[in-house]
Amino acid sequence: MESSKQNIILEAKNITKYFYDPVKVKVLNDISFAIKRSEFVSIIGKSGCGKSTLLYVLSTMDSDYEGDLFIDGENMRGRKEKFLANIRNEKIGFVFQFHYLLKEFNVLHNVMLPALKLNLKSKEAIELDALNKLDMLGIKNLAVKKPNQLSGGEKQRVAIARAMINDPLIIMCDEPTGNLDKKNSSIVFDIFKRLSTEQGQALLVVTHDPQFAEDTNRIIEMEDGRIIRQ
Amino acid sequence: MNYSLIISVSKSLLIAKWKQTLIAAIGVMIAIAMFIALLSFMTGLNIMLDGLILNRTAHIRLFKEIKPNPVQPADNYFGSGHNFISSLKSNTARTEIYNNAAISKALQNDNRVAGSTERITTQAFISYGVIDINAVVNGIDVAKEAALFSFNDYIVKGNPADLNNIPNTIILGKALAERMTVNTGDVIQATSVAGIRYQLKVVGLFQSGINDFDKVQCYASIITTQKLLNKPENYITDIGVRLKDMSMAPAMAKEYMQIFETDAEDIQSANAQFETGSRVRSVISYSVGIVLLLVAGFGIYNILNMMIYEKMDSIAIMKATGFSARDVRWVFMGISMGIGIFGGIAGLIFGFVFSNVIDQIPFHTSALPTITTFPVNYDLRFYIIGISFSLITTYFAGWIPSRKAGKVDPVIIIRGK
Ligand SMILES: Nc1ncnc2c1ncn2[C@@H]1O[C@H](COP(=O)(O)OP(=O)(O)OP(=O)(O)O)[C@@H](O)[C@H]1O
Ligand SMILES: [Mg+2]
Repeated sequence: MESSKQNIILEAKNITKYFYDPVKVKVLNDISFAIKRSEFVSIIGKSGCGKSTLLYVLSTMDSDYEGDLFIDGENMRGRKEKFLANIRNEKIGFVFQFHYLLKEFNVLHNVMLPALKLNLKSKEAIELDALNKLDMLGIKNLAVKKPNQLSGGEKQRVAIARAMINDPLIIMCDEPTGNLDKKNSSIVFDIFKRLSTEQGQALLVVTHDPQFAEDTNRIIEMEDGRIIRQ
Repeated sequence: MNYSLIISVSKSLLIAKWKQTLIAAIGVMIAIAMFIALLSFMTGLNIMLDGLILNRTAHIRLFKEIKPNPVQPADNYFGSGHNFISSLKSNTARTEIYNNAAISKALQNDNRVAGSTERITTQAFISYGVIDINAVVNGIDVAKEAALFSFNDYIVKGNPADLNNIPNTIILGKALAERMTVNTGDVIQATSVAGIRYQLKVVGLFQSGINDFDKVQCYASIITTQKLLNKPENYITDIGVRLKDMSMAPAMAKEYMQIFETDAEDIQSANAQFETGSRVRSVISYSVGIVLLLVAGFGIYNILNMMIYEKMDSIAIMKATGFSARDVRWVFMGISMGIGIFGGIAGLIFGFVFSNVIDQIPFHTSALPTITTFPVNYDLRFYIIGISFSLITTYFAGWIPSRKAGKVDPVIIIRGK
């Protein structure tokens, strides 16, 4: 019992969220679940059922909710903005539904940025790490390119490399393979699989791809803001 | 907080928008450069104009005023109380300073005093050919006058030392010489109030910059003047004192009046209007400089505000990957301060260049014989004030936009895509 509790990386307890504009809507309805180390979990559900909204709450970017969110055993409710920023930096990797890169920096620097912010390793070590991650995703050759010189799928993989850079406890992805073809989609899947099995990182991936979801350890299915199957 | 990271992010954002930042920096540069050039020029002008009077005026002048004796015989006769005396006349007999040797010695020992010099001031008729002009003859110690009151700066022709070296010589005000068509080397005749005539050789011309003054003033050695007045060697009517700190003049004048039992006039009460003039010029220059900087500050404010709208995505990513509101705030403060630093440094350089250009512009005026170009005062203080101003303005210009950037909600931005 004790050991399984320690293994829990993320736990949502009765999370409920409303949107007030234009009318009061319950977007998330009493969501409770837990994710352990090494777990590769997918979230599926119809468009508009609240998957992205849930991910923003779980990633601590959105702190306007009811219920409790535990990350690495610590309650995130009512925490200071700076504390949450540090949690995101150190413990969470996030890949957006739409790939988001800083256009002022090249690919390598984009990947390095969260690690530079964490400031635990030397710049040289971080650069090496970043090149390794890019290599894992098969885009090492793009390191010195600017984001606007990349294809959509390439950008997505750079964003994944960035989410990986600080070896977070959990990586959350909002449709990471949405822009990828079959081949690249399976490359990303394999990498996620390796991260979970070899490095013990947890993955929480929102996807519309049933094939992708089937191959994960666990599927959480949502409908109208509640979990209907997990 | 990881400052080197913040700075490097600021730098990247700055470079990515280099055209806008350049414009903002040029705004700051112009403001600082104008501020420095303006102040250097204005204070240069101030120093020159003040110098016109202050440099050659004694900070304290000791003299004997012609006035009724405060102790009248009636007072001695009737004792204390109020005595009404009508038709009281001034006593003109003695305008000299008694025991001036002792006073000079006391002044020498006073360590607040930079130096003092003795003078005789008297009226005389200067005649050349058929012209007689009433003038003021100043008996002076030329070497001391030069050292204390920059006398030599105002000699436009001839050698002032000749006054001491050659007996029976005189230096005339240039306007006076022109009125009489006298030149150096000519011999004029001076007739004193005592009725004594002397032939004096003109060894130099003097131009103070104030024409009315130059129309009536002449300078001779103390001995020559004493001879002209038929007075003994210890006859002195004025002592000019130069202080180490001019601002002490009013207090010290009062003190000397008591100790030396003479009249004493300080430079502040003699030339009150000059102080006001310089102050007004300084105030104008500072206000113009501050207005320029305010305008530049608003420019930076606008550009930063625009930049934040353009950088919303970047801000959202930074926040999502672990930058706190404070980090983002400092990134934008860094941008603002970067503009301030580079604009400010460029402003210092251009300010110096502008001052130099002003310094080269020819400026000739008959009032100021020693000045050939516009006066510029190169003062390190203006440069320090300039760079501090630019940093302070950009700091405040960046303040509000930076707070705005810090408050950006990444979820709203990410959803907005
Ligand atoms: N700021 C907002 N104010 C009001 N309603 C919102 C807001 N953002 C989202 N919604 C609504 O909340 C619901 C959930 O949105 P969410 O983005 O989480 O859906 P999703 O499951 O991620 O859909 P998709 O699969 O299309 O990405 C939607 O019905 C949406 O219209
Ligand atoms: Mg979504």
